[in-house]
Amino acid sequence: MQHDILDRYSRGSSPLHRLHSKAKVILAVLLLLFTISLHPGQWIACAAVAAILMLAALIARIPVSYLLRRMLIIEPLIVTMALLALFRPDGIALFLMTTAKANVCFFIIIILSNTTPFARLLDVARSWHAPAMLVNIIALMYRYIFVLADETERMQRARSSRTFRSGKRVRWISRSQIIGQTFVRSTERAERIYAAMCARGWK
Amino acid sequence: MHVPDGFLDAKTIAATGALSAMGIGMALRSGRKSLPPSRLPLMGVGAAFVFAAQMINFPVIGGTSGHLIGAVLVAVLMGPTAAILVMTSVLIVQCFLFADGGILALGANILNMGIVAPLAGYAIFTGVKKAIPGNLGIVAGAGFAGWCSTVAASLACAGELAVSEIAPWNTAIPAMANIHMLIGVGEAIITMLVVVAILRARPELIMSNASVNVPQRPVTIAGYILIVALALALFVSPFASVWPDGLERVASTLGFEHRAVTSASSPFSEYQFPGLSSALAATALAGVFGTIATLLLTIVIARLIIPRNRKK
Repeated sequence: MQHDILDRYSRGSSPLHRLHSKAKVILAVLLLLFTISLHPGQWIACAAVAAILMLAALIARIPVSYLLRRMLIIEPLIVTMALLALFRPDGIALFLMTTAKANVCFFIIIILSNTTPFARLLDVARSWHAPAMLVNIIALMYRYIFVLADETERMQRARSSRTFRSGKRVRWISRSQIIGQTFVRSTERAERIYAAMCARGWK
Repeated sequence: MHVPDGFLDAKTIAATGALSAMGIGMALRSGRKSLPPSRLPLMGVGAAFVFAAQMINFPVIGGTSGHLIGAVLVAVLMGPTAAILVMTSVLIVQCFLFADGGILALGANILNMGIVAPLAGYAIFTGVKKAIPGNLGIVAGAGFAGWCSTVAASLACAGELAVSEIAPWNTAIPAMANIHMLIGVGEAIITMLVVVAILRARPELIMSNASVNVPQRPVTIAGYILIVALALALFVSPFASVWPDGLERVASTLGFEHRAVTSASSPFSEYQFPGLSSALAATALAGVFGTIATLLLTIVIARLIIPRNRKK
């Protein structure tokens, strides 16, 4: 299953991958702060940030085709939300700048998540004293996203191979049942995980 | 409804960040006290479950498709405190892995979809469940709460965009509200169908999780109410000052969308004399009628789909 589209290139070996993850998080946040503070018309600054990111992508050897594909997935959401800006008096400039800023910010997050494995990001959160309970939930979640995604996909395949009638009503009901079944299996899985954690000395 | 980075300004980022940090802090405090340690794996797997559930697409009109948001479903299945922690985890992972929603906008997204949506939804769910006994109350309550929480979260989101001066108040709020009153219908139906499916397969999961195992302490409840009230006061109430144009449109949409009540609300939405108070009354009444119509509709649907052979 191809869920690695999320952070396919996060485990590379370029200088950017080897950079300390804390440094990368701080750099990313600084760049984000700089980008969101830009006003309409400051195109050069916006382009400069984009150029830095292009350079980073080149160093990290992240293919342009992959970046473009990720951009295309998110673009409709950005543009739809930016459309609201058109209702303002200075609408068109604001719309263009907001779309550009949102894309640059999106680019920053993509580069961060594709040069830093998710587990390293969690280490950064731990070292900055993020609440242990929340970090543990997120770590467990990251572990089981791929398991549950596979499981629901299997159930959908099984269901569609046994469903001979089609129609919206049938599809809504059967898909809801798959979600319900996934929850039931999740609780059962959570019980097994808890037993396994206790068996290994987790308090 | 995920706000990307680049939309919110510094003051909005700071305010939403502070509010959601308060909300998460309260949930963590309450979670340490009231949730047994065996709940931790369930919250982790539960967050992964929300993620997997969001991947399943439901066909809507004309080739488009939508998916579950899940805030109310999680609140109904696991209680409000766990729902805040689960939805927060989902939003954090979506932000860093999908870049769905920005890093700086994380506070706003957590506030809208991780705090306001599950808390408002859970309050409404509990109310309906108390008023209507049995499975009917659970299913109808979950559906109605799903609709309300979607609209509430979208209002908070629109308010944040308007405070950031991206969108003007009198279009942002009505536009977001109108769209999400439709999206909310889908959310309500999926939530009801999923709850029914779980009621059929393992009824004890719903009976035990939300109502018995997780007692809510009065301090926690007061804290949660405070957070939601602050969020609405900061990001939705300024709308009242740009009142006449905007809310009227919501009113007419409400009157239009729920044809069942058109006759009842039309005298108010077509008010003849100018003045703030009459517009306010018209809007409030149209809103109330629309909401009641939605509630009645969810009860009718719930009655059609609840499992018959299993009585509580």
